[in-house]
Amino acid sequence: MRRINEFSMDFLAKSNNEGFARSVVGVFASQLDPTVDEIADIKTAVSEAVTNCVVHAYSGKKYQNGENKIHIHCVLFDCGIEITIEDYGRGIENVELARQAMYTTSPDTERSGLGFTIMESFTDKMDVVSRPDEGTKITMLKLIKNLQ
Amino acid sequence: MKFGLAHTGNTLIVRIAGELDHHYTDEIRYRIDSEIMKPYVHNVVFDFNKLTFMDSSGIGMIVGRYKKVKAVGGSIYIMCSNKTVKKILEISGVFQFAKICDDINDAV
Ligand SMILES: Nc1ncnc2c1ncn2[C@@H]1O[C@H](COP(=O)(O)OP(=O)(O)OP(=O)(O)O)[C@@H](O)[C@H]1O
Ligand SMILES: [Mg+2]
Repeated sequence: MRRINEFSMDFLAKSNNEGFARSVVGVFASQLDPTVDEIADIKTAVSEAVTNCVVHAYSGKKYQNGENKIHIHCVLFDCGIEITIEDYGRGIENVELARQAMYTTSPDTERSGLGFTIMESFTDKMDVVSRPDEGTKITMLKLIKNLQ
Repeated sequence: MKFGLAHTGNTLIVRIAGELDHHYTDEIRYRIDSEIMKPYVHNVVFDFNKLTFMDSSGIGMIVGRYKKVKAVGGSIYIMCSNKTVKKILEISGVFQFAKICDDINDAV
């Protein structure tokens, strides 16, 4: 895999930034000349990861430090895009359980527990690294068909 | 995101255009629920034909409204032309309870 380009950004974990973040990553990915469907898949996966940071990562007084930042790092390779989305919030105690379809810790706010399932099915690879009280880092790889 | 409500008979039509995400679902939920509360409303049609983006927040919103109309014996209908949005609706299993339809006349 050859590195072609990369960028990073930090922004506040606010719901107004969900649309902003997925659009930025979608525009950056378009340098690889993906199809409309591939861009839509990327935007959807990014939206899920960012929404999780906004909804879950900093919920609870203990995790609100006035910063509540989300970090995104994208690398364009000669075969696709790698997207890393990181927060510094509460973390996930049991990642394996959290990744299961329909598992949610917030059913009261009408969450359906499908975010990880959607990220997984809209990308080619998804890794989750999380530590309680330290934060969560999601890495996704999306291969672009015209480059294979 | 653009949002509009209309009534025909005992059916509430919810039109959402543009991008639907967590930032908008709270407000939309509130506005739909104040209509569903009216005694003559039984069914809800989600017109997603002009929706260009949706994520799991939209699924939560649909499932929540289903629980409300089910309590009064009503049904949920969905119109959707966007391929990616359809994929999410399929993965989520909402078609186990919601009926997909091509135009409003199929629902009402
Ligand atoms: N960034 C995060 N920080 C802390 N907890 C998280 C984070 N992301 C996910 N989780 C935990 O993992 C669970 C599953 O996440 P997932 O996105 O699959 O479902 P959800 O967010 O609960 O519902 P949905 O995405 O369908 O609205 C969440 O309920 C939450 O407990
Ligand atoms: Mg989620």
